[in-house]
Amino acid sequence: MRGVRGAILGVWEFVVGDDWATAVGVVAALALTALISEGGAAWFVTPIAVAILLTASIWREARKRGRS
Amino acid sequence: MSGQEVALAVSVFLACAVEAVEALTIVLAVGTTRSWRSALTGSAAAVLALAVTTAILGPRVASLPLDTLRLVVGGLLLVFGLQWLRKAILRGAGLMAQHDEEESFREETAAARAAGSPHEGLDGYSFTIAFKGVLLEGLEVVFIALTFGANQHRVGLAAAAAAAAVLLVTAIGIAIHAPLARAPENAMKFGVGVMLTSFGIFWGAEGAGAHWPGGDAALLVIVPTVLAFSLALVQLFRVSPADGQTARA
Repeated sequence: MRGVRGAILGVWEFVVGDDWATAVGVVAALALTALISEGGAAWFVTPIAVAILLTASIWREARKRGRS
Repeated sequence: MSGQEVALAVSVFLACAVEAVEALTIVLAVGTTRSWRSALTGSAAAVLALAVTTAILGPRVASLPLDTLRLVVGGLLLVFGLQWLRKAILRGAGLMAQHDEEESFREETAAARAAGSPHEGLDGYSFTIAFKGVLLEGLEVVFIALTFGANQHRVGLAAAAAAAAVLLVTAIGIAIHAPLARAPENAMKFGVGVMLTSFGIFWGAEGAGAHWPGGDAALLVIVPTVLAFSLALVQLFRVSPADGQTARA
């Protein structure tokens, strides 16, 4: 059981790293893309989401380091 | 070779070269300080483990339906790529220390010396550190090569690009017998982050059902846009070293 938990944590750390909010944002962006693509053009959703997520992630880190 | 295939080969080569440089530093540190035989045995065991992992996962990933593959792999690549890009931007902006192979070599060497005298025969410390270093750096390469390769049904090309990078770094490492501190590692990491994120955006959105204007040619816009946006973020968040905010990676 501990091995399975360790493996899951290892994969999480490997793919997601220390910024889970960005990972959640990517999943939400792809889900929104799938939803919008049913009715029309949806290609713009992911690039806009990535721009917002990346800026927010850097801003959070800059603020954190500014405080420390 | 199509534009996408060139991008695939360059991205995998760069990513693999960066990881190989980091793995080489670890192997050199334990090899020169403790036991070459054990360090090389550990590295060989890790390469074998990576080859087995690739042989098991490769056909399974490649056999997924294309839309599922693009959605899942594109999403994973995007999350993974954003991690690389975020760190590269933080380094470029001075919010995180630049990766320094000489510093890493000094730290690894000091740790190897502090671990006591090497054992006769197979030295457990050297074996374990070299195995872990090569395996962890190599897993990133396997992930990138498999995701890029499977999405374009060119796993062979991705594997060839990865092998070329490892051979080149190993040959240079053997020739100069020192960590490759002069390799433009941070710029390479920035480039890999841009490529992973760009392809993640393209495949992820396509897998979710979106159609890109211009089809594959959209990548010719996505890649430079991601690069320009990332460089703009570096400028926007740049801090001067005098601010004293630079932190260790």
